[in-house]
Amino acid sequence: MYAFELVRPGTVEEAVALLASPDAQALGGGQTLIPALKQRLARPARLVSLSGIAAIKGVTASGGTVTVGGGATHAEVAAAAARTYPALAALAGRIGDPAVRSRGTIGGSLANNDPSACYPAAVLASGATVVTPAREIAADDFFRGMFATALADGEIITAVRFPVPVRAAYMKFVQPASRFALAGVFVAQTPAGVRVAVTGAAEAGVFRWTAAEAALTADFRPESVRGLVPPARGMIGDIHASPEYRAHLVGVMTARAVAAA
Amino acid sequence: MPLVTMTVNGLPATREVEGRTLLVQLLREGLGLTGTHVGCDTGQCGACVVHLDGRPVKACLMLALEAEGANLRTIEGMANPDGSLSPLQQAFRDHHGLQCGFCTPGMIMMAAALLADNPKPDAREVRDHLEGNLCRCTGYQNIVRAILAASGQEPALAET
Repeated sequence: MYAFELVRPGTVEEAVALLASPDAQALGGGQTLIPALKQRLARPARLVSLSGIAAIKGVTASGGTVTVGGGATHAEVAAAAARTYPALAALAGRIGDPAVRSRGTIGGSLANNDPSACYPAAVLASGATVVTPAREIAADDFFRGMFATALADGEIITAVRFPVPVRAAYMKFVQPASRFALAGVFVAQTPAGVRVAVTGAAEAGVFRWTAAEAALTADFRPESVRGLVPPARGMIGDIHASPEYRAHLVGVMTARAVAAA
Repeated sequence: MPLVTMTVNGLPATREVEGRTLLVQLLREGLGLTGTHVGCDTGQCGACVVHLDGRPVKACLMLALEAEGANLRTIEGMANPDGSLSPLQQAFRDHHGLQCGFCTPGMIMMAAALLADNPKPDAREVRDHLEGNLCRCTGYQNIVRAILAASGQEPALAET
C-alpha cells in the first residue's frame, strides 16, 4: 500500500468536511477497499474511516419501513432485521464469510456497486431510498452501471430506508470458489406490484427484469416465470459461465425466489 | 506517527503506527504476537482471523488505527490460564484437525467465534461458518470433527 493519512471522525459533519479534499476517500468496512489499496489500484492521500460514527450504525424499524444505517455491518443487519425484514436479513447473512460480515457495511457495498454484490439487488427490488447528508436518492436512480452510482465525490451513505414488501426472497447461485453470485435474484411483492432485481449476471450491474415483474404481478407463482429467460445479450461471459448460462440461471433463481417468498 | 491503544488478550497495548499499518502487522511486528498468520494477504484464506470485541475479523483486512479502543483476542489468548490447551485446541489435536498447522490459528479463532454464538452447531453450520478459512492439508473433514467434538457432540456427525 502507498502511504496515506487515516482519520476517524466521530460525526457525519466532520466526515463530510474531511472528504471535501479531492484526494480523500471514504473507508467503510474496508473488505473491498483494503485489497484494492494493497494492489495499488487506488492512491488516496487521506482515508476517512466511517467506523467511528455512531449515528450511521444500527437498524431500526417503524411503520412498515426498515432503516439500516450506512455503517451497519452485514452481521448487524442479519441479526437485527431477522424479524422485521427476513429476506434482507437472510441476504446479509450470506454475504462473504463470517469475518467479512463482521466488518463490511451496507453503505460501503452500495457505494462500490460491484456487479456481483448482493445488496444492490435488495435495494433495487425493494424500491429502497439511499440517504446521504445532502439528499435522498431513489433506488431506481442510484445504480449507474458497473462500479458506478449517483453518489457525488465525497458523498457518503448515512442510511438506507427499505419499505418492507408483502413477500420477498433472495436466491443466488454462487461461483463455488469465490462464492460471489453468478446470478442473484431478489423478488419483492409490494402493494404497487412485483419488483425483480438481478445481480451478478449483467455487464451493466444490477438491473430490473421487467418481463418477470409483469408476469409475477399478474400471478405471483413460480410457474409464472417457468421458461422465461432474459436476453443473453449484455450478460457477463467469463471462464465461470457464459452469457447464455447466466441468463438461464436468472430464470431459475427467480422461480426459486418466488417459491421461497 | 499516530498512536493506537487497545486491549490484547486482556493486556493494554499502545503502539505508534502508520495510517496504512494493517492490524495483522501491528500484532505480529509491533506486539510480537506471531501466532496470527498471514496466509494470502488478500482476505481469502482466513489464517489471520482474530476476535475484535468478540467478533471474528480478518486482521489483514483491517487497519490498525481502526482498532482504537477495541478488545482483541488472538490465538495466544486461547489457551487455559495454566498454559494447557483449551478444549477446542485439544479437540483439534485429538482429532487431527491440523497437519502443517499454518491455517490452525485462524481455524481455532473462527471455530471459537462460532461456538460462542452457537454452542451446538450441526455439521452444515460448521462448514458454512468456515467458508472463509482455507486449509490445504486436511480436506476439512478432521477440522469439522474436532469442532463437533469440542462442542460435546459425536465427531462422526461430520460425515452427515
